[in-house]
Amino acid sequence: MTGSIVARLELARDDFTLDVDLLLPGRGISALFGHSGSGKTSCLRCLAGLERAASAYIEINGEVWEDSASGYFQAPHLRPVGYVFQEASLFPHLSVRSNLEFGWRRIAPGERKVSLDQACQLLGIGHLLARRPATLSGGEAQRVGIARALLSSPRLLLMDEPLAALDGPRKREILPYLERLHDELEIPLVYVSHAQDEVARLADHLVLLEQGQAVASGPIGETLARLDLSLAQGEDAGVVFEGLVVGHDPHYDLLDLRLPGSSAPLLRIAHPAHVMGSTLRVKVQARDVSLALAADSASSILNRLPVRVRESRPADNPAHVLVSLDAGGNALLARITRYSADQLGLHPGQALFAQIKSVALLG
Amino acid sequence: MPLDASDLGAIWLTVKLASLTTLILLVLGTPIAWWLARTRSWLRGPVGAVVALPLVLPPTVIGFYLLIALGPHGWLGQATQALGLGSVVFSFTGLVIGSVIYSMPFVVQPLQNAFGAIGQRPLEVAATLRASPWDTFVHVVLPLARPGFVTASILGFAHTVGEFGVVLMIGGNIPDKTRVVSVQIFDHVEAMEYSQAHWLAGAMLVFSFLVLLLLYAGRRGKAGWS
Repeated sequence: MTGSIVARLELARDDFTLDVDLLLPGRGISALFGHSGSGKTSCLRCLAGLERAASAYIEINGEVWEDSASGYFQAPHLRPVGYVFQEASLFPHLSVRSNLEFGWRRIAPGERKVSLDQACQLLGIGHLLARRPATLSGGEAQRVGIARALLSSPRLLLMDEPLAALDGPRKREILPYLERLHDELEIPLVYVSHAQDEVARLADHLVLLEQGQAVASGPIGETLARLDLSLAQGEDAGVVFEGLVVGHDPHYDLLDLRLPGSSAPLLRIAHPAHVMGSTLRVKVQARDVSLALAADSASSILNRLPVRVRESRPADNPAHVLVSLDAGGNALLARITRYSADQLGLHPGQALFAQIKSVALLG
Repeated sequence: MPLDASDLGAIWLTVKLASLTTLILLVLGTPIAWWLARTRSWLRGPVGAVVALPLVLPPTVIGFYLLIALGPHGWLGQATQALGLGSVVFSFTGLVIGSVIYSMPFVVQPLQNAFGAIGQRPLEVAATLRASPWDTFVHVVLPLARPGFVTASILGFAHTVGEFGVVLMIGGNIPDKTRVVSVQIFDHVEAMEYSQAHWLAGAMLVFSFLVLLLLYAGRRGKAGWS
């Protein structure tokens, strides 16, 4: 199928079986999310050809890389992938420049879509070229690792928890660069992570893996809002929106974001003026959403959206329920007490007002 | 001059033998060490044990079997004769063959350790950067294993210089052909020429010490894989 990533993989190890049938969009960032041992890294390694599944069919934007039915297996060095490992894994015997040029030199000049200057600029590593890998900080090394992968002009980028080995500040140092990749490159990226905040911030498409099975696969907004998945249960449960910047109130310094969908409401966030017509990703956590029967304007709550109840489910503790809401075609999650739900007489189809205590801007 | 012409001849022969042996061992030992470092075959144990045998066997045992095998009635001897090489027993070629076997573990084991220490990751990184296995071996594995090659070369050379039993068994004691320094010292002692034995033995002692000093001093501060 053109314009998509198809990966059907069956793999049995001593203590673990992977059996997935993935169909991912051929552009943007797809996150493989799950706990360690859920099979996400194995999926990635199979895509790169570093691991060979017993039964495999891999097709990337119309090109077949592996088809065990006909015995076809493209060797890893013949697959146009860029792979970023958890540790930067730079070659210690080469300078940063030689590391960057390693893959670049090995592809035909006509196929080089990224120049050294572009990669350096994109990842802010131009000043490191003459250095040895041993002298780099963890964050710098990982940025070089990402640039090195980009310079091999891959048609598929694979990243295996590229931030997991880094501490908080180093993570925050790299995330903006990953967002730039997302905005400026046409290459599809499959991103493995077990950190919900990274996934919420970066991914367009989310695959939830549990014990070697893909239990969910869909656009990030919908998938995060699904009550039947473990994602909705966690403390960090919430939904993300791509908000279109439609206005700014200079007096109060509030930015107006329109959510996707024609009848979708506005969200106002405390934020300086931003380019009109650009999009910003925001996250609304389930625990920050309360529900009311009327639009009570006499409070300090900034965002009050008319919503309709889709369904509710018990939360992971007996005191709370999770409520899935429809806000003008956008899914919203609320985590409220079971007592409140009873007081509201909560039922599917009910019209309510969602009061959003805080909206977090991602990136 | 404390060293006479036959001493110098023995030194030259020893250097020639050790250099050639080391060179051959690097060529032969590299693929063997690579295979041993990476294979999951059941043959790994048996092959590793065979390569390590010279570490524990008395040199006379190796020399004895080589003498039988390379002799005119041995299977290797028959082969060399069939190839028109004649008999290699009591010749420099025989010495080289014996030395290669005798010093094999001293080259293979450092290389195997060096290859093992590189691990799987750099190879995978190289593969995802479009490097074929051979390309990866030349441009990633060899540079990363360089300390292993230095150690292997030094040990292979030094151990060949130090051999005695194997040489005596298959090389005999022919001046400028098979009489190496260790045999020459033996001859001096046999002939009660203690002063000449002293000079040669002292030279060997200093040489061996310097080699080991070089080896251990060089072990410090090596850049690892990051």
